[in-house]
Amino acid sequence: MNERKPVGQENTMEAAASRKKSAAKPAKLGRDVQARLGQQLRAMYDEVVNQGVPDRFTDLLNRLNNNGSKDGQ
Amino acid sequence: MAMDESVRKAILGAVPSLRAFAISLCGNVDRADDLVQETLLRALANIDSFQPGTNMSAWLFTILRNHFRSEYRKRRREVEDSDGRYAETLKSQPEQYGQVEYREFREALAQLPQDQREALILVGASGFSYEEAANICGCAVGTIKSRVNRARTRLAELMHVNSAEDFGPDETVRAVLASGE
Repeated sequence: MNERKPVGQENTMEAAASRKKSAAKPAKLGRDVQARLGQQLRAMYDEVVNQGVPDRFTDLLNRLNNNGSKDGQ
Repeated sequence: MAMDESVRKAILGAVPSLRAFAISLCGNVDRADDLVQETLLRALANIDSFQPGTNMSAWLFTILRNHFRSEYRKRRREVEDSDGRYAETLKSQPEQYGQVEYREFREALAQLPQDQREALILVGASGFSYEEAANICGCAVGTIKSRVNRARTRLAELMHVNSAEDFGPDETVRAVLASGE
């Protein structure tokens, strides 16, 4: 039937228009996307945080502390 | 003068987060640890300028960032490649979570401009308020907000995500794997 075609075309055009719309304003991120990006970011960061304090830093502070208390050494 | 025990504890307590921040700045674990060490030495040499009762962590982050920035200017050529090296470092790390999404995220993060990446990490991972992040970076609160927004938008672009579904089935797969069945 002839009537079907225009309808299909219209849908395609609508789809194209909505794609265009979403591409035209990338500045507004959905909350779900933001939440997901935040999750990834914290996972990456926490991977390092969970390693705790490496010995070199505890040693450094102890050394400085001892030097300090020996007054002038 | 011996170090006050509470100061020592506060400094050590900030070290894990300082390291995570340093790695995100210079993209290299060894260099990051040197940066943290230099930060601690500077902090202790200037401990008198720390105001008791204020945020020790924010104070240390400020020192670390300023130190990194001055090094960056001095050794511009060497550090200019830091984003590339960051990506390299990430590639050589074992994939703990074995997921594409996570690796893609880290590679996208490495491609952000320095200003945006640091703002995003301070607010989104280190847990500082916009005001604290602005103090650490020596800029206006509005500047931090816009950097964070641009960083998020750019990350989504780099990862080609428009909605949470675009992240793929990794989350579900991980949940299933974690359940052990």
